Amino acid sequence: MLKAIHSKKGLQLLLGLLMGIVFGFLLQKGGVTRYDVIIGQLLLTDFTVVKIMLSAVVTGMIGVYILKSVGLARLNIKDGSIGASVVGGLIFGVGFGLLGYCPGTVAGAVGQGSLDGLFGGVVGILLGCAIFAAIYPRLEKGILRWGYFGEVTLPQLIKLNTWVVIGLVCAAIVALLFGIEKAGY
Amino acid sequence: MEWLRVEQWSPYVVGIGIGMLSWVSFVLSDRPLACSASFAKTSGMIERLFRGKKIEQKPYYQKFPPTIDWQWMLVVGVIIGAFISAKLSGQFQFSWVPAQWKIMVSDSHFVRWLVALAGGVIMGLGARWAGGCTSGHGISGTLQLAVSSWLAAVSFFVGGIATAMLIFKVLLR
Repeated sequence: MLKAIHSKKGLQLLLGLLMGIVFGFLLQKGGVTRYDVIIGQLLLTDFTVVKIMLSAVVTGMIGVYILKSVGLARLNIKDGSIGASVVGGLIFGVGFGLLGYCPGTVAGAVGQGSLDGLFGGVVGILLGCAIFAAIYPRLEKGILRWGYFGEVTLPQLIKLNTWVVIGLVCAAIVALLFGIEKAGY
Repeated sequence: MEWLRVEQWSPYVVGIGIGMLSWVSFVLSDRPLACSASFAKTSGMIERLFRGKKIEQKPYYQKFPPTIDWQWMLVVGVIIGAFISAKLSGQFQFSWVPAQWKIMVSDSHFVRWLVALAGGVIMGLGARWAGGCTSGHGISGTLQLAVSSWLAAVSFFVGGIATAMLIFKVLLR
């Protein structure tokens, strides 16, 4: 039944659009489609971004792993390497600090009328993607393979039971969020 | 329905909502919430417009074909959803220079545009380099406990905090 839904192309495009509308609505209501909120996070004066991301991660993690265990969902793990995940992540971070939006929130920013988001952010990200597509053949044989570890999860890496890891990660996140609230942010 | 018109919701309500949305996306679409591959696909579509079908032979576009798919529609939806939310709360407004940028840097449209463009280029490059962005790695990947995503998400913030601190606490002091 679910497989039949997954294979209907037109239905999936519609579902993508509907889920995007909910996602964009939530991002805007969270305030993270605003430059001021994101740059506040990077300057460590406003913790809205971290609060939203970590509470989404805890909720999502518990639900998705339960859905997986009852056969309603399967994981979609991205492979990675030090050269791709860390180096690429740091490059992304430099752009994050300059732009003050990310690829998802810049779309939301455009929706609320941000012209720096549209003509700066969106145009820039498209250019950056084109540059990456052009240099990809060279990177693929070099830095992207450096320290390759594949499609691995934390429980597989540290050889612990998945639910133990979920419990530990969720406890750590909840403790961190309590700490942030207690510190007055 | 007054709650739909409120300017801002608790970050925890929003976060839990996004987490629940990820359940729906896994079950109904067999996909994680993610955004940046859609930008790569769009840049491929634009490139094809100017340089023709031969660009589809590029190794990267073989991996991410420049076509409209579920995730591409998701990003279109994000624009619409944010528009609806901003309209309902009366926050929709065309603007070039964010309030905080005006205070910390300048009110020049050109300077803000130039820095946003440069930031966008670097971010687009980095997102595809890392294989995802703050949604695909930062939320969807970390919630699946993917090692690649935890490394990428931490790197996003390390790079972002270092850059923001350097600009606003060192260079513009």
